Amino acid sequence: MARWKQTLIAAIGVTFSITMFIALLSFMAGLNDLLDGLMLNRTPHVRLYNEIKAAENQPIGIFSKNKVQHNFINSIKPSNQLPQIHNSDAIIQALKKDRRVIGIAPKIIAQVFYNVGTTNLTGIINGIEVEEEDKLFLFQNYVVEGNYLELKTISNSIIIGKGAADNMLVNIGDRVQVTTTKGDQVQLKVVGFFQSGISELDKVQSYTSINTAQKLLGESNNYITDIQIKLADVLLAPKIALEYKKLFEVETIDIQTANSQFETGSFVRTLISYAVGIVLLIVAGFGIYNILNMMIFEKMDTIAILKATGFSGKDVKRVFISIALTIGIFGGLLGLLLGFGLSAGIDQIPFKTASLPTIKTYPINYNPIFYIIGGVFSIITTFLAGYFPARKASKVDPVIIIRGK
Amino acid sequence: MSEKKNNLDETKKNFNQNNTVLEAINITKYFHDPIKIQVLNDVEFSLTKGEFASIIGKSGCGKSTLLYILSTMDTDFEGDLKIDGVSMLKKKEAELAKVRNEKIGFVFQFHYLLNEFSVLRNVMLPGEKLGKYSTKEIETKAYEKLKILGIEKEALKKPNQLSGGEKQRVAIARALINEPLIIMGDEPTGNLDKKNGDMVFDIFKELAEVYQQSLLIVTHDNEFANKTHRIIEMEDGKIIKK
Repeated sequence: MARWKQTLIAAIGVTFSITMFIALLSFMAGLNDLLDGLMLNRTPHVRLYNEIKAAENQPIGIFSKNKVQHNFINSIKPSNQLPQIHNSDAIIQALKKDRRVIGIAPKIIAQVFYNVGTTNLTGIINGIEVEEEDKLFLFQNYVVEGNYLELKTISNSIIIGKGAADNMLVNIGDRVQVTTTKGDQVQLKVVGFFQSGISELDKVQSYTSINTAQKLLGESNNYITDIQIKLADVLLAPKIALEYKKLFEVETIDIQTANSQFETGSFVRTLISYAVGIVLLIVAGFGIYNILNMMIFEKMDTIAILKATGFSGKDVKRVFISIALTIGIFGGLLGLLLGFGLSAGIDQIPFKTASLPTIKTYPINYNPIFYIIGGVFSIITTFLAGYFPARKASKVDPVIIIRGK
Repeated sequence: MSEKKNNLDETKKNFNQNNTVLEAINITKYFHDPIKIQVLNDVEFSLTKGEFASIIGKSGCGKSTLLYILSTMDTDFEGDLKIDGVSMLKKKEAELAKVRNEKIGFVFQFHYLLNEFSVLRNVMLPGEKLGKYSTKEIETKAYEKLKILGIEKEALKKPNQLSGGEKQRVAIARALINEPLIIMGDEPTGNLDKKNGDMVFDIFKELAEVYQQSLLIVTHDNEFANKTHRIIEMEDGKIIKK
């Protein structure tokens, strides 16, 4: 059963579609990971914080608890305090015992002004535990210049957002003056630049160690405004967020709520790439179907004599299905290899963008599941493409063919 | 009437056990397309072991149709067909294929050799399907058959490198590989010149006389038929002379 040229073309069709399928999915998934990582890697799975707001139970309410009366209070104001998490040490201790939590990073968020000459730029200083932050959010990847560990070793140091640094024309080793919301002025030494890829963020964000931030605000060393938590299973985030809210009496937000639009985007992109990949395979399947159909017309004599000499319809069917499957398996395997090669090639293409400092080449995700899906699909489509012509071949009546000669 | 027929069947069956290889009982066939035409009318005959018989008749008398019914390839008929004493009615397609593989060897007007395979492999194919012997044994047997036919030197060539007469001899070797009960031929010399046709006839004769091979050959070549042991003459779907 040799029609090598046609068989080869059919196999190339399968190879091509599997190659494209693998490369497309790997690239798309890599891109998804990149875009999600841009936001999600830097977002804690659960964040504990406090908001400045008026007390839900005003003193008059407690006083009039058992009385039938309505209280009208005008101009309620929140009390004068910073958005601190109370009893943060105890909360951190409790979180460390929770098995579902794999990382905790406390943080202080402080509004400041950067003083540049006579003008002020608004900014946000994040006081962080440097090593914890790096462990959870790969902090060092975003520090584009300077050593991120100096934040801890040098007191009163700051890693400033690249956008802010450009605006203020500061270099590493320079000092910047910041004014806190309370009006205190502090000088901080620039030890590095930070670039997140989101330029709005880079114009305002900067980082100091948690101790520096506490000093800046004139608070004691248990002052913390945020506790960031990374979970073993990100899917549990909404449930755990709710649980902590009740348990610790703080505000909580989970990653899904904070970034719901990212998941939708990833899902749609993945769906599109799967759809394109599968369409390619189906087209290849039709190619095989056509070629086998033609082969049957050409091989009518062979089928007839095989049947006359004692091969049953089943045997004939098996021959044609095995031709199709051979095409599918070899074409598919080659496709998987070429797909891997193509993805590896794309992985080498330089891809530099100012907004993504850590990315040097196009992102590729080498998830084995793509290869498994590609392999299984190539076998299923080629089997189906072979099955129908094979069934036709098995029904060839040898008498008609032989008498016709 | 039916009792009488049963008795007749019994005697025939006993007779079968020794000698009868093929038996056609009241075979009637119609073509339905485009209109219903009767092509075979109550055909009845039997063939004993070692017999070299030919079926002759004018074009369209139904001799080929009869052969295809006898070969089990055509199952759309009335009456009964017994091969080696076993009725072929009610057998499934795969079972009939097995019967053809084991008990019937075919030689057609056209050789139907597969050009992808060597001559040897072409001869071996039905043997491989039978699965009774190892590939090595089948190969030895295939060589034996090719030797009987005097073409063992061409064994490793491709069929399209052979002459017409040689091809037909390969086809005969293929028919012989499973040591069939009967060899059926549909105009096996129809495409051959006088010299090659005679050679094929001599081979058939040798098979019948030396190897006790039963042969049933459809032909319109009266000269060929006259040299066989038995002539079955057909006309308008009926046997007029056994």
